[in-house]
Amino acid sequence: MDPSTEIVRLVVNGQSREVGVPTHFTLLEALRYVLGLTGTKQGCDKGDCGACTVIVDGEPVLACLTPVWEAEGREVTTVEGLAGPEGIHALQDCFDLHGAAQCGFCTPGILCSAAALLAGNPSPTREEIREAIAGNLCRCTGYAKIYDAVEAAALRTGGPQG
Amino acid sequence: MLRLPPFRYHRPATLAEAVGLLEEHGGDVMPVAGGTDLMPNMKHRLFTPGHLVALKGMPELKGVEVVGADSDPGMGYLRVGAAETLTSVASHGEVRRLYPALADAAGHVAGPQLRNMGTIGGNLCLDTRCTYYNQTEFWRKALGYCLKKDGTVCHVTGVGKKCVAAHSADTPPVLMTLDATAILVSAAGEREIPVRDFFVADGITNTRRAPGEIVAEIRIPMASASRRTAYEKLRARKSIDFPLLTVAVAAEVDDTGVVRSLGGVVTALGSRPRELSGWREIAVGHPLDEALVDALAERAHAQCHPLENLPADPEWRRAMVPVFVKRALRRIRSA
Repeated sequence: MDPSTEIVRLVVNGQSREVGVPTHFTLLEALRYVLGLTGTKQGCDKGDCGACTVIVDGEPVLACLTPVWEAEGREVTTVEGLAGPEGIHALQDCFDLHGAAQCGFCTPGILCSAAALLAGNPSPTREEIREAIAGNLCRCTGYAKIYDAVEAAALRTGGPQG
Repeated sequence: MLRLPPFRYHRPATLAEAVGLLEEHGGDVMPVAGGTDLMPNMKHRLFTPGHLVALKGMPELKGVEVVGADSDPGMGYLRVGAAETLTSVASHGEVRRLYPALADAAGHVAGPQLRNMGTIGGNLCLDTRCTYYNQTEFWRKALGYCLKKDGTVCHVTGVGKKCVAAHSADTPPVLMTLDATAILVSAAGEREIPVRDFFVADGITNTRRAPGEIVAEIRIPMASASRRTAYEKLRARKSIDFPLLTVAVAAEVDDTGVVRSLGGVVTALGSRPRELSGWREIAVGHPLDEALVDALAERAHAQCHPLENLPADPEWRRAMVPVFVKRALRRIRSA
């Protein structure tokens, strides 16, 4: 093994993984290029765009700026981990039904930001939804259909009429 | 794709271990908390330390609590651990109750994910920013580099040997108006420094933190909680951007509406936050009416001269100084 490579223990989407990574890898590089989880997108790669958003211990963070070591011993959820045994996450279904994804590049990050929001706040206001995905840039949709989709998912999973 | 340069990542469990690592690897090491400022800068090859010392795993740098106010609620201070995230500071009950402008400022840094990562200590130590500095190695090399990093010319002023990269952090101006102090810890011991004295007018290194020192905590006097405070921020996109101008004001106003004390700090102009001068003289003893708000805004406008150090028209930023000062003062009046 390369001397600059070390073993890191990650828990990704509920699975414990031990992988060898160069010591200066980011969590994003470990996910995409070591674990093959390419759902998490590499956009600006410097913290501006939100495409690499993943959920770490319940909070949305940017994988491109997270040294892989900061994820050790913590629960990492990527877009691949949103679906459960009963099928895709309500957010994913509602994004489909509402046409909330166009080119789709920002979608995995927005799904992660929105999933973390709904986990802590099952019936958010539209303003809370706007704030929760403020760090995820979408250049296609104009956001309106994304807000609609998150609202619909909230109603289905935990909202007042859900 | 922007790769990080190679480094070893140290995760000390205690502050003593952390300062020991900074001393051991002196010259080739940097402390890192949230990494939201340092990681992009390393990807741009603005810093290439061989060792990073992670600050987020140490209990000594965590927690928000009132200290020393048992006998008298007006005494003591609010202790904010330097590794508390900006999300935590923005949402903490005591911060919101005692120093709402600080919660406001922390809540206006970048976007949600970056606030979940970035810390109040990191915000205090944020590197200065400039159009000619926060760029890739390729970009900077093509221009022949700049005075702040690897070059000999400042492209903002075109002359001189002074870097004018902009102080761009949101929370320090508010901390200054609240008379907050920072606790710095090194292998040699600890010292307390007023946030007001923490910054120097040098865009290359604009703080008095020595390379071996770690900002361990922020202390905000309980006495400052009686002040009315406000924070206003100009930025291109309200959801994510660094400031192009910020205004923090704090005032004591008596029951009759008369100003007893007043201070204001603007930043994102030069290399350190600027305390507005001449405010006390025209404000103290007078009611904070619209005429006084106009006069204070005019004093602020006269002393602020933005440069072409950030990607926004300096004339526009200057024109916004009185606009944002007035907004902040009106919020104080109605508080």
